[in-house]
This record gives sequence, C-alpha cells and structure tokens, in this order.
Amino acid sequence: MDNSLLVELSRGQFALTALYHWLFVPLTLGLSFIIAIMETIYVKTGNPEWKKITKFWMGLFAINFAIGVATGIIMEFEFGTNWSNYSWIVGDLFGAPLAIEGLMAFFMESTFFAVMFFGWDKVSKKAHLLSTWLVAIGSNLSALWILLANGWMQHPVGMKFNVDSARFEMTNFFDLVFNPTAVSKFLHTISSGYVMGSLFVVGISSWYLLKKRDVLFAKRSIIVAASFGLITSIFLITTGDESAHEVALKQPLKLAAMEGLYEGEKRAGIVAIGQLNTKKEIGDTSQDEFIWKIEIPYALSFLGYRDFNAFVPGINELVYGSKEHNIEPVSVKMTKGKIALNALRTYKDTKKIGNKEGAKIALKEFRMYEKYLGYGYLKDPKQIVPPIGITFYSFHIMVGLGSWFTALFLLMLYFSMVGKIETKKLLLRSALFSIPLGYIAGETGWIVAEVGRQPWAIQDMLPVGIATSQLDTNAVIITMSLFTVVFTALLIAEIKIMLTQIKIGYKED
Amino acid sequence: MFENLSLLTLQQYWWFLISLIGALFIFTTFVQGGQTLLYKIAKNEEERDVLVASLGRKWELAFTGLVMFGGALFAAFPLFYSVTFSGAYYVWMAILFCFIIQAVSYEYRKKPNNFLGKRTYETFLFINGSLGIILIGIVLGSLFTGGNFIKNDMNLSAWTLQTRGLEAILNPFNVVFGMTLFFLARVQSSLYFLNNIEHAKIELQTRLQLKNDSIFFVGFFVMLSIMLLIMSGFSYNNDSFYIEEYKFLSNFLAMPIFLILFLSGTIMVLYAIFISLFKGSKKGIWFSGFGTVFVVLSLLCILGFNNTAIYPSLSDIQSSLSIENSSGSHYSLSVMSYVSLMVPIVLGYIIVVWRAMDKTKITSEEIQADKHHY
Repeated sequence: MDNSLLVELSRGQFALTALYHWLFVPLTLGLSFIIAIMETIYVKTGNPEWKKITKFWMGLFAINFAIGVATGIIMEFEFGTNWSNYSWIVGDLFGAPLAIEGLMAFFMESTFFAVMFFGWDKVSKKAHLLSTWLVAIGSNLSALWILLANGWMQHPVGMKFNVDSARFEMTNFFDLVFNPTAVSKFLHTISSGYVMGSLFVVGISSWYLLKKRDVLFAKRSIIVAASFGLITSIFLITTGDESAHEVALKQPLKLAAMEGLYEGEKRAGIVAIGQLNTKKEIGDTSQDEFIWKIEIPYALSFLGYRDFNAFVPGINELVYGSKEHNIEPVSVKMTKGKIALNALRTYKDTKKIGNKEGAKIALKEFRMYEKYLGYGYLKDPKQIVPPIGITFYSFHIMVGLGSWFTALFLLMLYFSMVGKIETKKLLLRSALFSIPLGYIAGETGWIVAEVGRQPWAIQDMLPVGIATSQLDTNAVIITMSLFTVVFTALLIAEIKIMLTQIKIGYKED
Repeated sequence: MFENLSLLTLQQYWWFLISLIGALFIFTTFVQGGQTLLYKIAKNEEERDVLVASLGRKWELAFTGLVMFGGALFAAFPLFYSVTFSGAYYVWMAILFCFIIQAVSYEYRKKPNNFLGKRTYETFLFINGSLGIILIGIVLGSLFTGGNFIKNDMNLSAWTLQTRGLEAILNPFNVVFGMTLFFLARVQSSLYFLNNIEHAKIELQTRLQLKNDSIFFVGFFVMLSIMLLIMSGFSYNNDSFYIEEYKFLSNFLAMPIFLILFLSGTIMVLYAIFISLFKGSKKGIWFSGFGTVFVVLSLLCILGFNNTAIYPSLSDIQSSLSIENSSGSHYSLSVMSYVSLMVPIVLGYIIVVWRAMDKTKITSEEIQADKHHY
C-alpha cells in the first residue's frame, strides 16, 4: 500500500507543531538566564531599580512561557499518535530521555516558576533568586534531554536490534548521553536560544531608546543582554562549527545538501552565498551546480574534516558510490538491506514453526547485514537525498544571520560602553529588526537538521515511511487543520499581549 | 542493584511507578475541577479573580503530571504507548487540545488586548476541566474494557475501527469512569479552595457547591465500583490471553493489599467530604488527596498485576497487551529505575516549596494588590 500521502501529512503535522513550538522555546532558554542575571544584580546591589527591570522582563517571559508550554505538550504525545511504529521500534532508547526530561526538568520548571512569579513576598530574597536560577536551569535541562534524543536520531548509538521483539534496544545508556552528535547539537541549540533571548532584550530596549523613554532601564538592559549575547553568539559559532563537523562525519549527504555539492572534491570550498541551478539533477554531470556563487576556498574541507586537503564527498558519489574513495553505492546497500529484512522474516517464520536450525541460519544472515536494515525499505537510491534547495538556503540564511548577530552585539556593547548608544539610530533600528531575524535563524536551523536528514527518521536505520502510524489521512488532515487554527490564534494573542505590555512599559510595573 | 532484578520484577516496579504517577496526576486534577466552578462558586469578578489566582499557582503541576505520565509510559511500556496513542487517536488528540488551551488561559485571561477576550479564556479553562477530565476518565476506563486494535508478529499495530477511539465514549463503564473523575475533581477543588483561600463568602459558597458535587460523585463512584467488581477482564497465561469473569474482583481478593488501599482511600475521601460539610473543617483536601491517590493507585495496580491485560484487544484477543509483552528491555528498565530514585527528591522539593508558598492563605486584598495576578 502506498502511504506516501500519509507520511507527508504526518511529517507536515510534526513540522508544523515543532516550528510553532520553536518560536517560543529559544526565548525561554535565553531570557530565563538574562532575568536570573538581572535579579542577581538586584540581590547583590540591593538597588530596587534592578528589581523593577527584572520584573518587567519576567512579565514578558511568562507570556512567552505559557504558549511554549501549550505548544510543547503535543510534541511528546505526537510520537505516539502519529509515529507509533517509531515509538515501538526505538521506544526502548527514545522514551528514556523523554521520561528523564519530565522528571528532571519539567517539575523543576513548573514548581519554581510559581515561586518566581508569586513568591516575591512569600520567600526570602535569596530563595527567590535561587528559584529564578532553577527555572533557567530547568528549562535548559529540558532542552538537554530532548536534544540528546534528537541527536540520537541523527546518529544512533548504544543499541542493538532484538530480532524477537523486532526493535532496537538500548545496550549502553552512556553512549546515548555522551553521543558527540547529540552533545554538539545540544550546545549549539541552547546557545541559539541564549542569542535569541539577548536579541529580544536588546531589540526591545532599542525601541525604548528610539522612543526616548525609559532610557536608563533600556541602557541597563542592553548592557546585560549585549554582554550575554556577545559571549553566547561566539559560543554559537564555535558549537555550530563542531556541529557541522559532526554532520560531515555522520551525515555526509546532509552536508552535501547544505552546500549544494553534487560532485565531491578535495580542497573543497564553502559557498558563502550563491544561487542553485534548479536544472541540475542527481547524477547529471552536464549542468553546473550554481548559477553564481561566492566561495571561500578550502574552507569546507577544513571545517568538515579539519584538513585543507580532505576529500568532501558530493551527492553523486554518495548515491552512486566511488571506488576511489571507498564509498559504497546506495543500490548495493539496498540489496544488503533487503537481505537483512528477508532474513528477519525468515527468522520469525522458522521460529514460529519450531525450526531452530532454520532460525539460527536466518539470524546469522541477519546479523551480517543488519547495519543496512533501513536501506532495505528504500525503493530508489535517489530517495536518500534530502531536498537540496530548502536545506542549502536554510543553512546559508542561518549562518549569515548568526554572523550578523555577533557583529550586532559587539557594536551594541561598544557604543553602550562609550555612552553613545542613544545616538546610533541606525544601529538601534537594526537591533529592533533583528528580533524577527533571530526567529528566522532558529527555524531555518531546525529545517537544516530535520529536512537534511530525510528520508530517515533514524539515520540509516528507519525511514520515515516505516515509522509512521497507520492512520487515515483524513484524521491527520483534521488534526493538522485544528493545530494550524489554534496555534495561529494563540500566536496572534501572544504577540498582541506582548506588544501591549511592551508599550505599557516598565514604569507601569 | 536494579540490574540484578528479574525482568518481571522491573516490569512490576515500573507499572507501580506509573500507577503512582497516574494517581498523583488524578489528585492534581482538582485544578481542572476548580476551573469548572469559576462561575458557580464566585458570584462576582473579585471572587473569580481569587479562585483563578488560587488555581493558577498549581495548574502546572497537573499539566506536568500528565506529561510525566506519558513520558514514563513511553520509556517503560513503549508498545502500550504506541498502540494506545495512535489507536485512540481522536480521543487523545481531543485531550491534548483541551490541555493546549488551558496552558495559555491563566496567563492571558486578564491581560489587556488579549485577542480572544477574557470569557474565551475562561471557556477554555472550563473545557479543559470538563471535557478534558471526562475524556481522560474514558481513556482510563478503556484500559479495563479494551480497544479495537491488532498487532502483528513484528509488534506493529493497527486500529480496526475508523472511529479511532471515539467508540470508547459509547461504553457505559468508560463514561461512568469519566463522570466519576469529573465530580471527584470538583469535590477536590472545593476542598482545596476551603484550605487555600481566606474569604468568607467564597467559603460559604464552596461548601454549598461541595454538597451538590459530593452527591453526584458518590453516586458515580458507587456505580463504578459495582461495575468494576462484576465485570470480566482479560487474563493471560504463557502469553495466551483469555477472558475471565469477575477478573477485577478476583484481583482484589488475590492481592488484598490493593483491596485495603482501595477501601481505606474510599473512606478517606468520604471522611474528607464529611468533615468539610458537617464539621466546618478546612483540612479535607489532605484526606481526600491521600484517599484519591490510594484509590487510583489500587485501581491501576489491579489492572496491571496478577496476569491481567493492561490493554485488552477487542479485535483479536491475542493482540492484547500486558506489562510483560509491552515493556522496554531489561537494560532500559534498569537504567530508568536508577533515574526513578529521583522521584522522592522531586516530591520532596515540591512539598517544601508549596509549604512555604501556602503558609499564608490567599486573600482578596493580596490579589488586588498584585498587578501580575492571573
């Protein structure tokens, strides 16, 4: 049965809910720390102005946090509702981080969130400060566990396929926790949240300066947020580099799509900016990859493999293989994968009728080819290539914006320190308009990560087509439509409330 | 330590833990119950603000409890998680929508320029407290009565009805389960208000409301108990499932500890209602809280233990799920068991924090003075 429409709808629903959720999470991650820093200054200095500053940003944090929680609950349950085969096949590994996230992070966040908002006069100053820090830590712990789970999907480790239960089972928890792909992904993602939080504070504070109101409050906020933003944006670039290095090693096709690299090459350069040639097809060597491009020579080889002379495989080598570079063609992997699948079927059938010898032979054959299991489900070698255009452009938008944010924080901090920030109207306007750019950078980052690993739900092991629940397409259409309506309505509400609170400003606190 | 336990012991340990999380979650649904009483107990805006503020400080506990319940099921019983959530798709989606709209409502309700209006957010809270809880009861009931699913020898499942879980609404036991939880939540919310708020008018109106809800709660609870004790259930022996008459009565008799827990929990809830209605007590929530946890814990334990199906299949009896055929691996359960040692720590800080926060009762004056109140 062709379930491609169901798979696309299920992916669409997950993408929709994830992208909405990610509109709110980064601000929670970043703003929670900025608030904690501001409250620390208040507790240290005893200056009530800092308490007012803290409470103002805390108010905006709460508006954002509520909708983040609302859009987050669906994410956990959607694995069960729409990806039930996935939930069974890898639930033994994937469920653990989610449960730990709930126990370790969600209760911490929810308990201390209440103290942070309603405990000003009920607990001591220090206990309140501790609560604010614990909300920030809880939010980041939550990100840790869900990103370890996501990192495992990009690079599965610490597991073995159990033929009797027909699923992957955990063999080493610490492999999962210290999975380098997951760790770099976690660090890169949370630092993007810190940058988003900083952009938000810097941008809104700039609006106050442009309006010539609440000047001291705005300047103080800019100093804290631009310092935090500058440090974390440098960290963001560093972790981004490490993350891309991991992609080069573990998901070479994603890297090739990110760079629009059809033909592999030694001493490969990075495309700083360019326009893809849409006529170019996989396997077609007659067309150029780009209509135009500006390239930084050697950079891709070095950043991907830490070697200026390294060979970076292109899409064509990765699909059709390369003897010279010892790359196996996908068609061969598909054949081996089908052998593994057949061996698994034979194992099940022979075991059912009590044929122990037959089961033993089938099991041996399965073990020989099990690492190709996922390829056995594919129908065409070209299926392993993710959508190139969206991956390429998303990656370049993300990188470009990330670089701009670092420069912005540097300039904001410099002019704040020399006392000229109020006079730099263009910079202040740029900071204000950088708030939506921060959201765009975050969303495009996730598009690179998730679209770039297609067709896999679990890299090389489980394609999305097998992972989905056997649902009626109408069921997914109904729920996806409802999500679109409800989330959009809540988003409009959130923006209107937020803008109103900003206009009211901090003096009304 | 845990790695030396047998797989069955780990499965039982995890079912017990999940039952405990489920029981604690049901206790915290007093928040939902209260949301359905905003226009019953409160007679004006000032009183309503006090009720919302009182509930608004606790709503995340129930919300997190539900998330934790789902996460623990995913980790410990992935096949159960995969079958029930995809199978009863519409019901679970409806429950999730009920909780999505709750999460923003406290924060946005009184904010200026909130797009949907105050009454819409209050309606969201009402839907969450009524439909959300009744549906959760229906889903829990369906674990006793079964679902229409099949699974193959690769443990991949499919639902056999297009209604995808909505058919559970037609089962009287499930509906009675839902209504019992709904009125229990309302009873508990009244007990919570009595304990948490210092306001003479609200107290008077709460006691009147408690009287009405208690009558319905006791009625539905008695019906539920009778139906449970006379109903058949699915048993298994060596992975083969069969129907057994009076299964849950047999389970209570086979595991008297849960019978004692069930009866003592019931008495505690009834005692809480009694002292609140007739003795003017404000401490009923503590008795009903422990009582609710005891009763729900015992119900979930008789569902999971003594060779009982935790999710009977009405389409193919041998596809039914038990704690033995739907769990994670021995290694995974062992690892998760170490993680579970954090449960007392988490419960500990929640208790310490809320003791500090609830030391002084909520008053109308406090709410009016706080510009950031819900």
